Amino acid sequence: MNHPLDPSAAHQHDGPYDSGSYGDDAPGASPALEAVGLGFRGRDEWALRGGDFAVPRGRVVGLVGPNGSGKTALLTVAAGLRPVDAGTLRVLGHAPGTPAVLPRVGVLLQDRPLERGFTVAETLRLGRALNPGWSEAAARAIIDDCDIPPRARVGRLSAGQRTCVALALALGKEPELLLLDEPMADLDPQRRLALTGVLMKRAAEHGTTIVMSSHALSELHLVCDHVLLMARGRVLLADDTEFVEAAHSLMTFTCPDAATPAIPPQMGTVIETRRSGRVLSVLVRFPLTTDGAASTAAPSLEEILLAYLRNPQAAPLIAGRFTAKAPASGSPDPQDRPAR
Amino acid sequence: MDYRIERHNGVAPYQQIIQQTRQALRLGQLVPGDMLPSASAVVAATAVNPNTVLKAYRELEREGLVDTRQGRGTFVRASLAQPGTQAGSPLRDELRVWMATARAGGLEREDVAALLAAELDVFFPRPVGSR
Repeated sequence: MNHPLDPSAAHQHDGPYDSGSYGDDAPGASPALEAVGLGFRGRDEWALRGGDFAVPRGRVVGLVGPNGSGKTALLTVAAGLRPVDAGTLRVLGHAPGTPAVLPRVGVLLQDRPLERGFTVAETLRLGRALNPGWSEAAARAIIDDCDIPPRARVGRLSAGQRTCVALALALGKEPELLLLDEPMADLDPQRRLALTGVLMKRAAEHGTTIVMSSHALSELHLVCDHVLLMARGRVLLADDTEFVEAAHSLMTFTCPDAATPAIPPQMGTVIETRRSGRVLSVLVRFPLTTDGAASTAAPSLEEILLAYLRNPQAAPLIAGRFTAKAPASGSPDPQDRPAR
Repeated sequence: MDYRIERHNGVAPYQQIIQQTRQALRLGQLVPGDMLPSASAVVAATAVNPNTVLKAYRELEREGLVDTRQGRGTFVRASLAQPGTQAGSPLRDELRVWMATARAGGLEREDVAALLAAELDVFFPRPVGSR
């Protein structure tokens, strides 16, 4: 069994690791995460299939999707703790779980695996012993921030306190990439704000890439600058939040009678249509025209994410790739039509 | 300078930083030569993405209000403070007297805001084409 505290456990490695020897690790050289045809099997069907995306370095990434959409699987694979079921995932340009990346990746999994019999201080000592680049100051900052008594046994701590200890271990490694599975889920609001502040400071000072899964969509625009949204086995969004926000428009049309007016197919890629009384609201990606619209507004990031979650058949928007498989002629892709 | 980010008020966080900086410049709480807090200090306190702060500072720099000196920090270049806006100035005191009179007269916050907005538009018309 792999021990999460041990950077070498997932892979036997011999000889010292020398980060200076990896030429492709210059900034911008290889993405933090790069998936090609990535697939994970869920309980009954594929949780994710044919996933293609690249997360640039230095981003704070919100990993979004319903339960069972492969968020945890993606983080666990990236951490080197389970294999992919299809395709490839590269982490900082390397195969996940290899000695070239393990010491550079900090992980916080949902079960916060820790030795329950250890005290907090002993847990940190273990972290120091197992990680060559250990920073006591980085780990201590979290423990102090969360007011955790160093002599307390991990097994007696609250779920929120255990999260703090696990995060202290992850940050003590001084990682280039942090993989966090619902890091804020069991924290009280005060600690949530404090720990988010710690993560943001880390990103500001070291350019650390942070990939965190979250269901708190209303907070996402505050914390994340990149979003990866997966649903129904597909990656639907993988781009900077600023671009995602700029790419979408929320238009309303007034319909005096019961019949829904036909939305001009050349209007853009329709992600969602909603009807309420005489008002038809349409979320459009890359709108080409506002003809006939009663109003046009910029939707919030949360509204955009929810629209994709409600419409997992929507055409994906993935950085560095063409939008969907755009048909050669003027007729729109069937997937781009509004659901009726 | 202590930024407060309202997390759900609909104003983009970088706009909130810009507004609060301008407000501090107007009130003389920030004066030329003052250093704005580092991005890392702001994000540690407010728990927002670092780009938010950088974007706000870039915008303030574009407006000529601050200057970013490589490796040293972001400094206030220009003041927006007018003599009348400081606490204790005659203009401000007169406004306080007026406010107290309005309140004593039974006006609600919305009434006062509407009155102010109406007179503001008379004496300080908005330039054509501005938002």
